[in-house]
Amino acid sequence: MIEIVNLSKRFIGADDEVHALRNVNITIPNGSIYGIIGMSGAGKSTLVRCINMLERPTEGTVLIDGVDVGALSEKDLRDMRKKVTMIFQSFNLLMQRTCLKNVCFPLELVGIKKSEAKKRAMELLEIVGLLDKANAYPAQLSGGQQQRVAIARALATDPKVLLCDEATSALDPKTTHSILELIQDINRTLGITCIVITHQMSVIERICSRVAILENGSVVEEGEVSDIFSHPKSAAARHLVFPDGDPEVLAIREGEHRIRVVFNGAIATERPLIAQLAKDKGIEASILGANTKSIGEKAYGNMLLGIMGGKEDMIIAKEYLESVEDVIVEEVFEDAQ
Amino acid sequence: MLSNAFTKEAFDEAMFILSTEIPLAVWETVYVTILSTLFAIIIGLPLGVLLVVGEKNGILPLPNVFMRILGGFINLLRSIPFLILMILVFPLTRAIVGTTVGTVASIVPLVIAAFPFIARLVESSLRELDPNIIEAARSMGASPFQIIVKVMIPESIPSLISNATIAITTILGYSAMSGIIGGGGLGKIAITYGYYRYKYLVMVVAVVLLVIIVEIFQRIGTKFAIKSDKRLKNQ
Ligand SMILES: Nc1ncnc2c1ncn2[C@@H]1O[C@H](COP(=O)(O)OP(=O)(O)OP(=O)(O)O)[C@@H](O)[C@H]1O
Ligand SMILES: [Mg+2]
Repeated sequence: MIEIVNLSKRFIGADDEVHALRNVNITIPNGSIYGIIGMSGAGKSTLVRCINMLERPTEGTVLIDGVDVGALSEKDLRDMRKKVTMIFQSFNLLMQRTCLKNVCFPLELVGIKKSEAKKRAMELLEIVGLLDKANAYPAQLSGGQQQRVAIARALATDPKVLLCDEATSALDPKTTHSILELIQDINRTLGITCIVITHQMSVIERICSRVAILENGSVVEEGEVSDIFSHPKSAAARHLVFPDGDPEVLAIREGEHRIRVVFNGAIATERPLIAQLAKDKGIEASILGANTKSIGEKAYGNMLLGIMGGKEDMIIAKEYLESVEDVIVEEVFEDAQ
Repeated sequence: MLSNAFTKEAFDEAMFILSTEIPLAVWETVYVTILSTLFAIIIGLPLGVLLVVGEKNGILPLPNVFMRILGGFINLLRSIPFLILMILVFPLTRAIVGTTVGTVASIVPLVIAAFPFIARLVESSLRELDPNIIEAARSMGASPFQIIVKVMIPESIPSLISNATIAITTILGYSAMSGIIGGGGLGKIAITYGYYRYKYLVMVVAVVLLVIIVEIFQRIGTKFAIKSDKRLKNQ
């Protein structure tokens, strides 16, 4: 378990002071994929860098499995970092080393024999699907491939926590998807706790179980991802769920019911689904707002539907839509707006 | 004066001098330059590393006073003209080599003049490195020493080789100047025959040979710098 307690960070400049984190409290269960989302400059990188003490917090503590990492000696801190590894937006591979040698790097640091390190590195490259690139240099790889090498490198020392700071922000949607799948795989098969920093709600939706929304250095909302999607409370959360403006500002009309349909990799797109609903059940639904993308054959995102014709129709529509795989439907109430 | 530089007698005499002295002079110039560069790198490389890692935001912050003294010392040595420096280090040269004249003795002032220059070149090479790569190494639990020897230096190799090439060609120029106070090599030939004895043809040949040696060093250096750089695709 990672407990971030009353964490604050101030950067003192020549003539100004930046309050990058303000009294942050988060608890991250072991084995989960935890998202931290916020706009640029919200303090996400600072927060994640405080977890492995690359940045010293001004106030507060970080406990990893009960150990106060801020109180560790330099030597113990370096040992801790071998168990709490990190991947980055810009991959940060050593450009003058082959992929294999990059994965060997953390093993070299702990003084593992060359032949053993190489063997382990080959296994890891196999896990990330890049065995054939072992002797290539990073500059010869695509961004997605470089990030896979970086992931293999981060796994070399058998970490229990993987910190991902905007790991997919430099990648196209398809590559993003495959890297997220890899992270999810690692989480499931190796039981590694993953902390995923991003500014994209789609990343959170796809792999995180819980999320904290960071704004101006403060956590403005925290909870289960599905809860935040169906009932975003803070303005920041609503902005993230509906980046193109909040459709729920329209008041619910007399006799109207609203549902939010969340596509979580469903093999379906919004319009045919609505048309199907009308055809099969005779229920007309109007799309009040939508923020969906399709990646490959699958749809991600959510939309808000307004249904006239009473509660029964709404329930029928809800059940109908829910029967589609990877679609979650929830009723939206006025007070949740 | 110049008109009789190209008479038959002058030409024959020059050819005689060249054939007897030039091979040794070329050899002396090359080995003095290479040895001086090597010694200067041995001293200058660690100092250049200290200039970068010892900073307030560096990976191994050193006391501010120490950094100021180091920087000041390097700047001081760099601002003394080479001719004066050669004379100033006479006592040191005598203490190390036993004499202040001769080819070997000229290595001492060359090293003293070159290591501060090399320290600054190393500093600039290391500063080019992407700080994110150092951050990644820190995040993997690398110690400051490991970061220096496994990340900073290896990742800067192409730039370090380019800068070593600049250093070696500059030192070659200095070594020619050391001919004035008893150093050997092509510089000595150019000065003793050309300046003191008006044998311009000999001087011209010596200068042309210096130019050729610079060119060779430069080409080799550039080739290695490019070859060592794995950031360039398709090799
Ligand atoms: N070393 C530093 N010195 C001074 N200010 C800093 C430093 N690092 C970060 N900051 C400031 O702290 C705030 C939070 O920065 P941080 O990098 O954590 O944001 P972020 O949420 O990661 O943004 P992005 O999405 O752009 O990466 C910003 O205002 C930034 O300018
Ligand atoms: Mg950031």
